[in-house]
Amino acid sequence: MTAIDSALQPAHDTAHGHHAKPSGITRWLFATNHKDIGSLYLWFAFSMFIFGGVLALCIRAELFRPGLQFWQPELFNQFTTLHGLIMVFGAIMPAFTGLANWMLPLMIGAPDMAFARMNNWSFWLLPPAALLLLISFAVPGGAAAAGWTLYAPLSTQMGMGMDLTIFAIHIMGVSSIMGSINIIVTILNLRAPGMTMMKMPMFAWASLITAYLIIAVMPVLAGVVTMVLTDRHFGTHFFNAAGGGDPVLYQHIFWFFGHPEVYIMALPAFGIVSHIIPTFSRKPLFGYTSMVYATSSIAILSFMVWAHHMFTTGMPATAQLFFMYATMLIAVPTGVKVFNWIGTMWQGSMSFETPMLFAIGFICLFTVGGLSGVTLSIAAIDIQLQDTYYVVAHFHYVLVAGALFSLFAAVYYWFPKMTGRMYSESWGKFHFWWSLLWFNVTFFPMHFLGLAGMPRRIPDYNMQFTDFNTLASVGAFCFGLGQLIFFANMLHSLRHGKPAAARPWEGADTLEWQIATPAPYHSFVEAPDLEVGENGRIDAMHGGKHH
Amino acid sequence: MASRRVLLLFTGWSSAVLAAGVNLPPPVTGVAQDIYDLHMLLLYITGGIFVLVFGVMFWAILRHRKAAGHQAKHFHENTTVEIIWTLIPLLILVAMAWPATRLILQQKSSAGAELTIKVTGYQWKWHYDYLDDGVAFMSHLSTPQSAIRQVADRGEHYLLEVDEPLVVPTGTKVRLLLTANDVIHAWWVPQLGVKQDAIPGFVRDVWFKVDRPGTYRGQCAELCGKDHGFMPIVVEARAPADYQAWLAARQKTAAANLEDPNKVWPLAELMARGEKVYAQNCVACHQANGKGIPGAFPALDGSAMATKDKPGHIDIVLNGSKKNAAMAAWGKQLSDTDIAAVITYERNAWGNHTGDVVQPKDIKAARGGKA
Repeated sequence: MTAIDSALQPAHDTAHGHHAKPSGITRWLFATNHKDIGSLYLWFAFSMFIFGGVLALCIRAELFRPGLQFWQPELFNQFTTLHGLIMVFGAIMPAFTGLANWMLPLMIGAPDMAFARMNNWSFWLLPPAALLLLISFAVPGGAAAAGWTLYAPLSTQMGMGMDLTIFAIHIMGVSSIMGSINIIVTILNLRAPGMTMMKMPMFAWASLITAYLIIAVMPVLAGVVTMVLTDRHFGTHFFNAAGGGDPVLYQHIFWFFGHPEVYIMALPAFGIVSHIIPTFSRKPLFGYTSMVYATSSIAILSFMVWAHHMFTTGMPATAQLFFMYATMLIAVPTGVKVFNWIGTMWQGSMSFETPMLFAIGFICLFTVGGLSGVTLSIAAIDIQLQDTYYVVAHFHYVLVAGALFSLFAAVYYWFPKMTGRMYSESWGKFHFWWSLLWFNVTFFPMHFLGLAGMPRRIPDYNMQFTDFNTLASVGAFCFGLGQLIFFANMLHSLRHGKPAAARPWEGADTLEWQIATPAPYHSFVEAPDLEVGENGRIDAMHGGKHH
Repeated sequence: MASRRVLLLFTGWSSAVLAAGVNLPPPVTGVAQDIYDLHMLLLYITGGIFVLVFGVMFWAILRHRKAAGHQAKHFHENTTVEIIWTLIPLLILVAMAWPATRLILQQKSSAGAELTIKVTGYQWKWHYDYLDDGVAFMSHLSTPQSAIRQVADRGEHYLLEVDEPLVVPTGTKVRLLLTANDVIHAWWVPQLGVKQDAIPGFVRDVWFKVDRPGTYRGQCAELCGKDHGFMPIVVEARAPADYQAWLAARQKTAAANLEDPNKVWPLAELMARGEKVYAQNCVACHQANGKGIPGAFPALDGSAMATKDKPGHIDIVLNGSKKNAAMAAWGKQLSDTDIAAVITYERNAWGNHTGDVVQPKDIKAARGGKA
């Protein structure tokens, strides 16, 4: 140790203070450990999932039958708006960031995330943002009610709930940008020797590409909501035609963020599934290289398709054609991924533990969402389906059966490594079958509703839509109830689950399964020397120290 | 039908469910028919892909499982297979894009229209203006609030009925010019195969040609605020001769309704008319009992504005509220007589017994003061 080093860290050799595991509230408030921060993210995401879920049930309760039963239309619009915002920015995105925090350092042999203190800040920004959204229900005029897309000029009409929402979006945007910087720097700089980019696990690849997407588009969202803010309060006319502005400009900017955002919520799911399918098929991932390229091309294509959300704004035929063709193209790399997963299962030796069930459920139902997406991409057909329940069905197949199912798969899959205990397999399986059934009962009929002509975001409807709405509401309440099973299983297993082995899954071969269970509080404080195969398969590990 | 049988199996639901529509409603224009057919084509292709791909997967799940004693083979790439399953989807997409492109070009060719109607979206109603024929009117939801609030029976066209439908001739290429007054709305009638956003400050056009006489219903499709779910669209297609008769009658009543702005109205007549205007325009927020919705929409019953400050009352109805954008400037939408009537009504209805009578000429004067 040089003189300068010892001058900077005089007490280093005696105290070892920073290696001790802190306790009490300060462990969480001042957390810099990637595992603690990862857990905070996951708990936060789960509570937001419950909050957003309750809002969803408020929506479904009103739609159970025709007429206005429970809420005034204005409040109903607030529910749909906040349900969307909270699920996207409060539940799904933080959940993926939380998993990345927990797993990336373990997967690539890093001691922690690159910027541990920034990591703390990026998490602790989230609760205040969520609080702003929560209290916006109580301010005069109520919460934002313009839909999660906050289209201008409707969003320039709202009360101060809209300002709180804009501020919350700014804060959550800053949080996710910082989280992304951390992910990128960690992956690019802290990989253990031997863990080269083209050997890296797919979850690391997916997180890396997602992080770039976030950095590219969150500032765009921040910009457009700031333009709404200045239109509201500072006399600008970005979106006010009377002042020379253009309401459609809002949609162009919003969807330039919004479409990549769709992949921000989908790519990490692809990454997770690309671990679970090989593990439980006991067979390496089929087409690793093409998976990496498919993920990258989906990310790049996602910047060129935004106006497919705007086919009914009346754009010229040439623009419709361009955005239609570009959108259809996305089906190719997405198809490659699905085929690769099936190719992985083909000739495998499959077993069907809960993570595998959720992963298979993900592939099937995500593909349903993908196929209805192809239908929607056809601009001529989209004219009929835009802003109907068909679209609601489509994106819930992608986001609930897609992103959420992959998150369940991930939590079950890594639960043993995180906690040192096994979850209850039978309750896990029950949770899967229950969710699968009621998810489909809720969302499949929405395709029919949309085709038959029911617009989205309406609190009341004609009697011809009654049956499917009633069915969807019953499904939604059952689906929601089922998530308590998940919660109870996790909570119970956390304390009473059977102790887990270091590698509880026979086919698991990535780095996180090479260390003790539960993962030591400070893992890989000294980088291991690795011999790595595709998709992060560890052939040999030398050295590596943990505390 | 096969799809319905599948549905029955899928939901295990009663036959009541099957009475509901499961597909696009019967098309009545060429474009809507083409959309219907293209959607069916897509449904068959995507359905086929789903069955094929997941057939393979479930076959693997059945055969290549550990419980069945299957040993894993350790291949992990095959360039030929990967090229094939990249190219085949590409070819399928090209096959889909070809008819789609033709249909889009057809949807977009609004040239050669024989009748042009300007459509303006308001929060929350539609205004139709037959530009060449001097006929214009507002079209409001005609379902009574009592049906929405669960106290009255609901008719078959609950929420899909209006006081004044848009009437068009059959066999005629009709071009709509769409715009909006406040926020973005979307004019959508599924059976016509037409959906177009109405954007404030911009004019977009769209066309349709109905072949069969009939009544076709739709709704606003773009979230436009509180009563987005309560601004339906009804199009009545009539044979050209019927249409001409309707148009002539409308032109006649329009001329007859040109009111003398200086007429002095008795209180009772203003009250009767004001009640109607109130029911069409004000009731959604201020409610039938004038109590509003606390925290969102102010009460008129007993309010200082509706009982004391008459000039302020006229000003806010004419020009809207500076504090609350939900209160529109009705001066742009209603005639002097209607505004005079509704203000008179608000100042004398419920517990507001002011006895004030506001005449059309007062409104004209107030407008003059503004201009």
